[in-house]
Amino acid sequence: MTASPSTSNGSRGRAGKTGAPALTFTVPTAQRVEARRRAGLRSARDGWSFVGPATLIILGLSIFPAIWAFILSLQKWDGFSDPAFVGTANYERLVTDDQFFDAISHTGLYTILFVPMSVLGGLFLAVALNRNIRLIGLYRTAIFVPFVASAAATGILSTYLFNPQYGIVNNVLRLLGLPQQGWLEDPDQAMVVIAIMSLWGQAAFTTVIYLAALQDIPGELLEAARIDGANRWQAFWQVVWPQLSPVTVFVTIWQVIGAIQLFDLVYTTTRGGPLDSTKTIVYFLWERAFRGLEFGYGSAVAYALFAITLAITLFVVVYARRRNLEAF
Amino acid sequence: MSTSLLKPAVPLTTSLTSTKKRRSGFSGWHFFLAPVALLFLLPFAQMFLAALSPADELVSFPPPFIPSRLTLEGFVGLFADSNILLWLGNTVIVSSVAIVSHIVLCSMAGYGFARLKFAGRNLGFFLIIGTIMIPTQLLMIPTYILFSRLGLIDGLGAAIVPWLASAFGIFLMRQFFLSLPAELEEAATIDGCTKWQVFFRIVLPLAKPAIATLAIFTLLSSWNDLVWPLIAINNEDAFTLQLGIANFQGTRRTQWSLLMAGNVIATLPLILFFLIAQRQFIATMTFSGLKG
Repeated sequence: MTASPSTSNGSRGRAGKTGAPALTFTVPTAQRVEARRRAGLRSARDGWSFVGPATLIILGLSIFPAIWAFILSLQKWDGFSDPAFVGTANYERLVTDDQFFDAISHTGLYTILFVPMSVLGGLFLAVALNRNIRLIGLYRTAIFVPFVASAAATGILSTYLFNPQYGIVNNVLRLLGLPQQGWLEDPDQAMVVIAIMSLWGQAAFTTVIYLAALQDIPGELLEAARIDGANRWQAFWQVVWPQLSPVTVFVTIWQVIGAIQLFDLVYTTTRGGPLDSTKTIVYFLWERAFRGLEFGYGSAVAYALFAITLAITLFVVVYARRRNLEAF
Repeated sequence: MSTSLLKPAVPLTTSLTSTKKRRSGFSGWHFFLAPVALLFLLPFAQMFLAALSPADELVSFPPPFIPSRLTLEGFVGLFADSNILLWLGNTVIVSSVAIVSHIVLCSMAGYGFARLKFAGRNLGFFLIIGTIMIPTQLLMIPTYILFSRLGLIDGLGAAIVPWLASAFGIFLMRQFFLSLPAELEEAATIDGCTKWQVFFRIVLPLAKPAIATLAIFTLLSSWNDLVWPLIAINNEDAFTLQLGIANFQGTRRTQWSLLMAGNVIATLPLILFFLIAQRQFIATMTFSGLKG
């Protein structure tokens, strides 16, 4: 609809420039322009009737709320009384809020525990699973199936497996004569448990991606390396690993973004405890917005989260470019 | 680039099912893979065992590794103490509507963006892909306010509406349609089919593999979602399954047989589905990984 004038202008301009084809002598220009305009309208009507409904829903539930969230972040509002414009006060409060910085460091700890293990673990599992041996289908199924477990189910299961009194983990430690641990009830260990259970549920993702990438590497490359005298270890690190680097950059970014947004598993295991040791950025956001009804401050936290995510993504992309990894 | 995006799933899925060329000798990798596979299965094994264990054995010390007898008491207790079947029904409704709506709306939009030429097409697609960058946490507060003004909060509609369509779904379907040869559609158009007839009679039946990927993606995300129902639904009758078991856990901290029975109900459908359609699940994971 909107571009139909430009379509007609374009046709007029083109007709003027390229000289008059035979058709223009028989059909008056005004009629031709009208026909082009109608065709443009018709194609726009057809096109938007295909893409319109989904576009409306997606943009209506993303771009519109994203702009609204920015306006909210400049307000003080509890959802009931009249919102008050406070300028950048929410952001000023954010940069001096110790709880927010605690949340950042808890999120950072989880990211450091989870991302390298998930990327390297996925790579290692993919290498192990990338062979035609007996039972390989069974091994793959066993490692992939936890992927379908929800965060709620995984969290509830974690509280059972790692329960200090009744859980199997301490039970095994006891049988081995090792000291019992507090796990989710110990501020120093709770985040470790959450990272372990995340790995259990998400190992499939990085493994499957690496497995697909490994199977895309031409066998001749490896053969050439072996003929040149490289052993398996050398062939892997000199030939295979560089081939995988775009995938590595991609899964690293993907897993980091996921790690920064950790919430569900915290909610269903520790609810931020013990002693706030697992209170992540998104948990902090959720508490402020939906328990404290600070919609303005919560929106400022959300924008800070967005900025952190963008900054880390850009950093990884730029770093990869510098090292010529060419993931994007 | 665009046409090759769906391809990497192919060698993986074929090798998963191919039985020929399997080496007969014993591989040392079994010493690594067998324990790892058992370790990955252990949490599920614990979940099923605890769900079928007598409640008192799970809180005895030391707890037995294998229950003395199997019982359905945990499920009976769960059905008596919670509305788990109602929540299961709610989740089935949410996921079904989400899948049907995703298939219809995302296929239509993906086809439009891939094949039709019209004013505003590139801008529209660019904006949709741009929304993938926006973290959902940024949208929670305004969407909550919007939904409460629309009267959706505390009803099942609040859980359904965000899952009607997704940028990922449109992207996936567009990539698929771009990889289809256009000759069939052209022939049908010459034969006098309208764009809608071409879409529904020619294109959509060819899109089954992409639709399977889309359906699995939508099933997994809508079935397992917790944070949005947690925010939008406080009314226990409209709880989804995940919200229901998370809430139930809050009141029954150590009633393991009940909690694990709830876990079984929440995960078993997807586990079974995964075992039946493993190839499609893996294709979905591969594609969602390659969309960047």
